[in-house]
Amino acid sequence: MIETIHNWLYSIMPEGVASITEMVLIATAYLALFALAGLYLVYFERKVAAWFQLRLGPNRVGPFGLFQTMADALKLVSKELTTNDRIDKLLYNLAPYFVIVAALIALAVLPFSKQFQAFDINIGIFFLLAVSSMGVIGILLGGWASNNKYALIGAIRSGIQTISYELSVGLSLLTMVLLTGSLQLSEIIEVQRTGGWLILQGHIPAVIAFMIFMIAGTAETNRAPFDLVEAESELGAGFHTEYSGMKFAYFFLAEFINMFIIASIAVVVFFGGWLSPFGITDEITWFPQFIWFFIKVLGIIFLMMWFRWTFPRLRVDQLLTLEWKYLLPINLVNMVLMAIIIWLNLTL
Amino acid sequence: MSYFSDIYNGIKTLLTGMSVTGGYFIRARKGALTQQYPDNRDTLKMFDRFRGEVVMPHDELNEHRCTGCQKCEIACPNGTIEIIWDRGIDEDTGKKKKKIDQHIYHLSMCTMCGLCIEACPTDAIVWAQNYENSVYDRAALTKVLNQPGSKVKAGIED
Amino acid sequence: MEPTVKSNIKTEEYFINMGPQHPATHGVLRLMLTIDGEIIKNVEPDLGYIHRSIEKMCERDSYQQIVHLTDRMDYLSSHINNEAVCLVVEKALEIEVPERVKVIRTIIGELTRIASHCLWWGVMGMDVGALTTYFYAFRDRELINDIFEETCGARLTMNYNIPGGLMFDIHPNFVNRTKEFIAHFKTKIPEYDRLLTGNVIFQKRTKGIGVLSPEDAISFGASGPVARGSGVNCDIRKIHPYSAYDLVKFEESLQTNGDCLARYNVRIQEMWQSLSIIEQLIDNIPEGDIKVATKAVIKLPKGEYYQRVETARGELGCYVNSTGTKNPYRFKFRSPGLSNLGVINSLATGSKIGDLVAIMSTIDIVVPDIDR
Repeated sequence: MIETIHNWLYSIMPEGVASITEMVLIATAYLALFALAGLYLVYFERKVAAWFQLRLGPNRVGPFGLFQTMADALKLVSKELTTNDRIDKLLYNLAPYFVIVAALIALAVLPFSKQFQAFDINIGIFFLLAVSSMGVIGILLGGWASNNKYALIGAIRSGIQTISYELSVGLSLLTMVLLTGSLQLSEIIEVQRTGGWLILQGHIPAVIAFMIFMIAGTAETNRAPFDLVEAESELGAGFHTEYSGMKFAYFFLAEFINMFIIASIAVVVFFGGWLSPFGITDEITWFPQFIWFFIKVLGIIFLMMWFRWTFPRLRVDQLLTLEWKYLLPINLVNMVLMAIIIWLNLTL
Repeated sequence: MSYFSDIYNGIKTLLTGMSVTGGYFIRARKGALTQQYPDNRDTLKMFDRFRGEVVMPHDELNEHRCTGCQKCEIACPNGTIEIIWDRGIDEDTGKKKKKIDQHIYHLSMCTMCGLCIEACPTDAIVWAQNYENSVYDRAALTKVLNQPGSKVKAGIED
Repeated sequence: MEPTVKSNIKTEEYFINMGPQHPATHGVLRLMLTIDGEIIKNVEPDLGYIHRSIEKMCERDSYQQIVHLTDRMDYLSSHINNEAVCLVVEKALEIEVPERVKVIRTIIGELTRIASHCLWWGVMGMDVGALTTYFYAFRDRELINDIFEETCGARLTMNYNIPGGLMFDIHPNFVNRTKEFIAHFKTKIPEYDRLLTGNVIFQKRTKGIGVLSPEDAISFGASGPVARGSGVNCDIRKIHPYSAYDLVKFEESLQTNGDCLARYNVRIQEMWQSLSIIEQLIDNIPEGDIKVATKAVIKLPKGEYYQRVETARGELGCYVNSTGTKNPYRFKFRSPGLSNLGVINSLATGSKIGDLVAIMSTIDIVVPDIDR
């Protein structure tokens, strides 16, 4: 079908225009898809949280409350955009877009299935890391421009947090890249088709790398127990204290899309992306492979939610201690260990 | 060495915590404590001592037990109760006798302390168990407890 | 050791208002913080946002009416507040209440303490960022509230005590429900421990934070778990037993470290102790009257009277100055919250914003109790 649309577009338009139209179409499709996916992640989070907390969760709007987040989004769109006195108007208005755009760009390279990948570049992981750390600029801008001390503290915390934990995310992924020998996401998945999932291939170092990635990834998305940026009991609402309506919704949505991205990276690098476990659906040609991808992603996201609804929040200096005294040294040692394992050909 | 034992213990305690919440997650279907309030109106029953609001029970002859002694009015800390009373001629004895005209109860001022009901010598006022007392107009919270045309039950004062 | 950084960049201290509307101040308390980056230089509490002049209202009211006002002070230990007023009136009138009243008062008082500590535990978890604790604590607290509602008619502002005894007898289900609750709660405190107490993040957040020395605790007049966390023996139930506390065996929970974790542990232990007190009494409620007849208009003899009780937050003192009329000339409450709040500056100075939240939580302030 995609082929037909592609040919049809090129047949009615000059080549340049057609390729631009095609890009716009793909972008629109992605936007629509992930706005929806983001909303349902919010629903998922609320439902999971409710079950952890002996509650029922959303259950009023639509069957099982399925349209609850739609209604909330509608409410946010219709709300007044309030602003503070003496804000930096330009930066204040720009900040939410930075955050949401950074989150959406990263989606482009994610391989949902063999065919379902918008942009398969050979430096996929590098691109993901680069883009996903861009979101913090938006948070910093938002905190700075709001003319609110709580927002400023939140933003500065976000800055130190992202700078620190970016290292761990990068290093733990690098450990795995040693194993795959490629930064291209589709390649990484292909490696796992023959040798089993990377978390099994690389035995102990891979497990350690996964744990570190999960911790650092949670910190990267500013979620509890690393939600110092928002820290509602300390800072009210942190960097987005002064945002309302749709601008707040952008921050909110971006948090969930970021969570999706971190989980996707984990799935691609550690759990074989869209590959089915033990190849059980390999023979069934009509079976959409992206279903496996989404199941795994939901599993990882559930783990992150489990963290969030169990653990207390760290303090800001403990956050840095954890990174620089524990995660980073372990990560470096782990990388050497992985190199040795590969050198001795101990991989499965 | 404490570096590694710290890590080990840390991870262990974190997993213990996760096992607690995880256990509840698995049992979530049975364990939800949420009261779906407006839906469970039919089954929701207050305890019989629940202090909803003060009412004055009337029997089938439209008779209440209030003699207008005003003890509740005095006992009330907030001026919630106002009794407008009058003197009427008692038909049986022909003597002049105090009787209530209106027993006014301001629910909006009531703190549900129960002192009026404690003070009442004839048990004329009691607690009702209704809990849906919100109204759109504040004036609706000022209630006259004795029904129109009601009179005091004979022999209460003795 | 604090590392010192030398640089030419000038930093500046700044003020920040925590509250009156802030999630961590548990009500309308305003804290004026002077902050250098994340480090707190000075904390100045600003009170009075929920001042209702309860002490002045007491001078207007009769002694029966005063009781219900104390519900609204420390609303989490409302029964114990009521008891304090009743005890001081009974002391002045030289009434000896029946044993049954004493025992019931003690049981309900201890249930109140557990309910209060339950809520504190949930909110403590929430303040340090673990939101789920709140719901688990409320699940258990709800059972106590049901017991109260069945017996007293209200869940929070019960007003069950009257000078001279109790308003009415306990509900027939009271004993069974309380026993059920004890059995249930005994399995839940270990769960609290597994979920929060042992958690490494929680330990890091509370151990060694906000250390209160015993000397400071005494000089600030701190009481209750705040002082006991620093090793100060100040349990009124133990040193000046009232009601039925001289009939039961219990230990005063003491910790010596004086940090947030110590105060936390004191409260957890107190829940165990309260359970044990209730267990000792619940099967042995003596038969008898539930009130001593008092005059409809209580007039205290001329003079000054003082009675103190141990609420969930510490020592509540009731001072009455009577001129022999039906209203007190002066009614003064020595509330635990106000004195406990006094320590906050010395505890929080030098720590981080996150620590302040933990400290506030372990002081366990109830703002209406501070302002009255």
